[in-house]
Amino acid sequence: MIAKPFALFKKDFSSELRTRYAINSLAMFIIVAISVILFSIGNERITESLTGGLFWVVIFFTAMSGLARAFVSEEERGTSLTLQLISAPSTVFSGKLLFNIILVFCMNTVIALLYSALFEEFVVKNFPLFLLTFILGNFGLAISSTIIAAIIAKAGAKGTLYPVLSFPILLPLILTSVQLTLFSFDGTSFEGAKFELAIVVGYDVIMLTASYMLFDFIWKD
Amino acid sequence: MSDYSLMSDSISKSFGRRLIFSDINFKWEEKGIFGISGPNGSGKSTLVKIIAGLISPSRGKLIHKNSTGEIIPEKLHNHLGFVSPYLVLYEEFSAWENLKIFAEIRGVTFDEARILFYLKEFLLESRKDDLVKTYSSGMKQRLKFIFALMHSPEVLIFDEPTSNLDDDGKKVVYKIIQDQGKHVVVIVASNETKDLELCNEIILLEKFKN
Amino acid sequence: MERLTNSKNKKLKSMIWKIFLFLLIAFVSIAGITFPIVEKPEAWYEFPFIPGLEENAKIIFFHVPTAWLTVIAFLMSTIFSFRYLRKKNLDEDAKAYSAAQLGMIFCILATITGAIWAKFAWGSFWSWDPRQTSIFALLLIYGALFALRSSIESEEKRATLSAVYSLIAFVTVPFFIFIMPRIMKGLHPGSIPTNPNEEQLNPVIDFKMNSNMQLIFFLSLIGFTILYFWMWRVGYKSIIYRDKLNNKLLIPTKSGQGG
Repeated sequence: MIAKPFALFKKDFSSELRTRYAINSLAMFIIVAISVILFSIGNERITESLTGGLFWVVIFFTAMSGLARAFVSEEERGTSLTLQLISAPSTVFSGKLLFNIILVFCMNTVIALLYSALFEEFVVKNFPLFLLTFILGNFGLAISSTIIAAIIAKAGAKGTLYPVLSFPILLPLILTSVQLTLFSFDGTSFEGAKFELAIVVGYDVIMLTASYMLFDFIWKD
Repeated sequence: MSDYSLMSDSISKSFGRRLIFSDINFKWEEKGIFGISGPNGSGKSTLVKIIAGLISPSRGKLIHKNSTGEIIPEKLHNHLGFVSPYLVLYEEFSAWENLKIFAEIRGVTFDEARILFYLKEFLLESRKDDLVKTYSSGMKQRLKFIFALMHSPEVLIFDEPTSNLDDDGKKVVYKIIQDQGKHVVVIVASNETKDLELCNEIILLEKFKN
Repeated sequence: MERLTNSKNKKLKSMIWKIFLFLLIAFVSIAGITFPIVEKPEAWYEFPFIPGLEENAKIIFFHVPTAWLTVIAFLMSTIFSFRYLRKKNLDEDAKAYSAAQLGMIFCILATITGAIWAKFAWGSFWSWDPRQTSIFALLLIYGALFALRSSIESEEKRATLSAVYSLIAFVTVPFFIFIMPRIMKGLHPGSIPTNPNEEQLNPVIDFKMNSNMQLIFFLSLIGFTILYFWMWRVGYKSIIYRDKLNNKLLIPTKSGQGG
C-alpha cells in the first residue's frame, strides 16, 4: 500500500541528492527572507503577535518557493507521462505528498529554529501546544500546496500563479495557525485552544479527502 | 495463451469542440500485430493514447479485458507496455537505475536476469550504468523498449517504433515485434511501410475523419 | 405557421419579463435612495430613523443583495464545475464561467458597498472583521480562478482545471462563513463583539426595519436575483454560441473565455 508511493518518494529524494536543489535554493531563500524582515524591522521592537504572524509569512513564501517542484519538474520534462504509465494516480499523489511533507517539515524546522534564535518575542510558553500546531499546520500546508502544485503544473503555468492560487486555499489554515502559535506564546492551555485545534484537524482531513478525490481529474489529460 | 482482449466500441474523440475522429470499432484478441496508420494530424497518437488509457474517448468505450475481467485505465499500467517518441525517461539516473525505479513504482519484482537479457538484445548492456543524459537518441529509443517489455505485459503499444534508429536498431525492433506478436497483442502506429508490413490488420485513420 | 407563433410567444414572454424586471429594479432603486428617513414614519413611503446610520441605512438595500448574489454565484459556479467533471460537457463549463464572472462583479460591489457602510457604522472602511475578510478571500478566489483560466489555451484542460480549483476553493468556504466569525472578534452582525464586556454574539440583524423597509428590502433582493439569473443566461449562451462559431469560422472571434 505504501511501498509504491514510497518508491516514488525515494526516486525524488535520490534525484534531490544529486541535484541538491532544495538544499541550495530553498535554504538560501529562507535566509534571504528572514534577513529582509530583520533589516526592515531594524532596531524596532516588534510585538509578540507580529512575530507570530511573520513566522507564518516566511513559512508561506518558502512553501511557495519550493513545493511546486514536485509536479512541475515532472511536467516540464515530460516524465508525467512516464509516471502515468507505471502507476495509478493515487500512487503518484501519495508519493509527491510524502515528499512535500518531508520537505515542509525540514524547511519549517529550520525557520522555527532561526526565529527562536533571532526574534526576541519568539518565546514559547506552552511547548506541546506549539509542537502540535507545528505538526498539524505543516500537514495542512503540505496537502494544499501539493494539490495546487499539481494544478499549476498541468496548466503549464510559470511560478507566479502558484502563490495566487494557493493563498486563498491556505488562508483558513494560516489564520488559525497564527492564532494557535500566539496561544502557545501566551501559554494558553490545550483546553483554551481546543476549538482552533479542531479547526486545523478539520482542515487537514477535509483537504486531504478533497485532494485525493480531485487528483484523478487533474492528472489525466 | 493469454485471455487478453482489446475492444473499441464506437470511440470518437474531440478536443474542445473540434472533432478528431469518430466511430472507430475494432476487436483485437490474444495475440497478433495490429497497425494504426494515417497522415500527420489524423489522430494516430490520440488513438494510441486512448488505447493506453492516458486520455478518455469523448464518446464510446475502449475496453481492456483479461481472464479476471475488465481492466480500468487506472489499473492498466502493469498490463501494458508503451513506446512513443514523446516518452521521456529520467536523465539524471542510469539505465539500470531507471529500470529499477520503474519496477519499484510498478510494484513488480525486478527480474535482474530478464533485464540483462533485454539489455543485451538491445545492445545497451555495456552502457547500462551510464546516465541516460549521455545516451544518443537511438540508445534512448532502445531503452524505451526495455521499459515497455520488462514487466511482461499482455499488450504492447509502439508509436513510431523505428524513429531515431539505425538499421541495426530497426532489425532488433522488428525481431521483437514479431516475437512478441506470437504471444501478445502488439499495436504499431506508424506511417513507415516497413513497420506496417508486419501487421495482420491495419486501421486507416483518414477514413474516420469528418 | 406554428413555429412562427411559438417564437413570437417566446419573444413576448421574454419582453414581459424584461419590462417587469426593469420596473422592479427601478422602483427599488428609487425607493431605496429617495424615500426619506424620519423619526416617526407615518406616510407609507417613510422609513424609521436608526441612530448612527441615518441616511446611510439605505445601503442595506444594495449591500445585502450583492453579498447574497456573490454567494449564489459561487454556489452555482461550483455546481456546474461539478457537473462538468462528471460529463465533460463544455456547456457546463460555460455556465460555471458565466456564474463566476457575475460572482466577481457582485463580490467587488459587495466589498465596496460594505466598506462604505463600515465607514459610517463603525468608523473605518476596513477593519478585518471576519465577514470582511471572508468577502475578501472570495475576491481572491475569483481572481485566482480567472488568472488560472487565462493561462491555459486548451479548452478541455482549462475547463477541467478551473472546475477542480472551484471545488477545492468551495471546500474552504465553510471555514469563512461559519467558523471564523465564531473565533475572531468582529463588528458584523453575528460575530463575537469586539467590546470584551459583551457576552453574547452580535445580533444578526442589527437594526429594526419597519414593514415598509422590509418590503423594499425583499423586493430589492428579488429584483437583483432575477437580474442575476437573466445576466447569467445571456452570459453562458453567448459563450457557447461564440465557441461554436469559432469552430466554423476561418478567422475566430475573440473567445472572451479568459484566454
